[in-house]
Amino acid sequence: MNSELRIRTPEGITFAYQLAGPVARCMAWGVDLLAIIALGQGVSTLFAVFGLVSPDFATALSMIAYFVVSIGYGVFTEWAWRGQTVGKRIMRLRVMDAQGLRLQFHQILMRNLLRFADLLPGCYLVGGVAMLLSRRAQRLGDLAANTVVVHIPKHAEPDLDQLLAGKFNSLRQFPHLEARLRQRATPEETRLALQSLVRRDDLEPAARVRLFADLAEHFKTLTAFPAEAVEAMPDEQYIRNVVDILFRPRGAVEGKARTAIQGEVVAS
Amino acid sequence: MIIDLPRFIATERPSWTELEKTLDRLQAEPGRALTLDEAKRFHFLYQKVSADLGRIATFASEPELRLYLEALTARAYGEIHETRERGRRFRPARWFFTEFPRVFRKHAGAFWVSTIITFVGVLFGALAVTLDDEAKEAVLPPMFANHLGDPAKRVAMEEKATKDRAAGQHSTFASQLMTNNIGVSIKALAFGLTFGILTIVLLFYNGVILGLVAIDYILAGQTVFLLGWLLPHGAIEIPAILIAGQGGLMIGQALIGYGDRAPLADRLRALGPDLATLIGGVAVMLVWAGFVESFLSQYHEPVIPYAVKIAFGCVELAVLIWFLGSGRAKDDAPAAAEVRA
Repeated sequence: MNSELRIRTPEGITFAYQLAGPVARCMAWGVDLLAIIALGQGVSTLFAVFGLVSPDFATALSMIAYFVVSIGYGVFTEWAWRGQTVGKRIMRLRVMDAQGLRLQFHQILMRNLLRFADLLPGCYLVGGVAMLLSRRAQRLGDLAANTVVVHIPKHAEPDLDQLLAGKFNSLRQFPHLEARLRQRATPEETRLALQSLVRRDDLEPAARVRLFADLAEHFKTLTAFPAEAVEAMPDEQYIRNVVDILFRPRGAVEGKARTAIQGEVVAS
Repeated sequence: MIIDLPRFIATERPSWTELEKTLDRLQAEPGRALTLDEAKRFHFLYQKVSADLGRIATFASEPELRLYLEALTARAYGEIHETRERGRRFRPARWFFTEFPRVFRKHAGAFWVSTIITFVGVLFGALAVTLDDEAKEAVLPPMFANHLGDPAKRVAMEEKATKDRAAGQHSTFASQLMTNNIGVSIKALAFGLTFGILTIVLLFYNGVILGLVAIDYILAGQTVFLLGWLLPHGAIEIPAILIAGQGGLMIGQALIGYGDRAPLADRLRALGPDLATLIGGVAVMLVWAGFVESFLSQYHEPVIPYAVKIAFGCVELAVLIWFLGSGRAKDDAPAAAEVRA
């Protein structure tokens, strides 16, 4: 089972989706099961009103409604929300065409109806085994409908100003090294450094020291700044300065500084 | 590659926004077709954003921007490279009266296999009950418990009934039949994923039950009652289950891939729309059969003469055969035209 679905377009561009694992999908299914039960009960209660006119008609309607909800819930929600059910929304998952193309209605219908084979002999055993063995984490229904379930990561823009503001960055005294660092750091390394800073307060003190020491050591191998610039600088501060360089272009910092000075002049 | 990021964003952002708006519009209106100029512009924007993504991909300091452009490229890729028919407005009448029979005929071979398997099951059931008196008790599921006794006694009891025993329960009974039969049909289709094996088992078992009950009534001299009871709903219900089995066998055939060199994913992908059409048509047929079974099949002589019920069943069967088979000439026409060309 791969963790990524990589799609290469004829234009030579490659993009990747993170495939959803069995645990996340199982949890989404649990939520959906609860939603189906709640919805089924709700609709049955609603139709019970017809019991005042004809108990037979009310029972029949409830029975059909429950059947339609249990079979149609996944089909309807995935079609209306472009590949998502309530459970998938909560777990940030989405059904997609395995080739990255537009998801078609028949694909949604098939993956939901063919669920009966995945359920065999009980508790999604066949589907679970199929997912573990499949290259793209597909259960049998996904395989037949040519769909995959991907994880949609949350891309919240961090508040960089709050994270980095008010610190003198001694590394910025060396513009050529600053440029070299930007050139050499990969997007993954950059993200790792940023996330370490964002989550620093969640870490155990010992782990925090170790993490920033490792990161600082790594970034120093990418670009070596002169000793006077990094002298007596704690590892965490070094990473702060690195992230500042990587995320805030020189122009933006200078512009901000100019604005601040102008503001001071006007205020005085 | 080092680029002047602020300038790059300022220059390119209008194109990204325009592409995003076009994509939103296309997703909001799936039936909308782009004009030639719009399509050209769309293609241009897609290539432009792809190129921008290529440029930004190596720029370390903007992972968020890269992810945004990746998402935009992925969405546009799905639209640009989608060669399947764009989802047209769903027209239920056209789908049921034209599309469903056409798909059925297209895969008629699987239907005949499904019929043969069921027929073998019928023969097996008939033989079993003829040779072994205990076969009925051993094979019939609990829901058929009312057929365990002597058929002649059941017929006599049904015909003597003075009051409508199903009164006040017709709708509930009909909905029970519909949901149960549609559930069985979906299973017959889904079990195709076991290389068709469980679909075959299900069809065979259905055939065994049918053969067992039918021969029991025939041997008891109750053939007319049997036809009057079974034909009105069975004329639609049995073919519907066979069509669901046809779908399951189609999946099994695609999985095995005998005689087809296309990759597995392509074989299954090609089947998708046809399977959706077949199972949808089956559901409609079973809703009809459920109503007939609940409101007509349960009444016997003297309430409704057997001749009327049998005639009704025969008419249904004839209409179904005409409905499913009458468009054959239209199916052949394009092929013939291609041969002439």
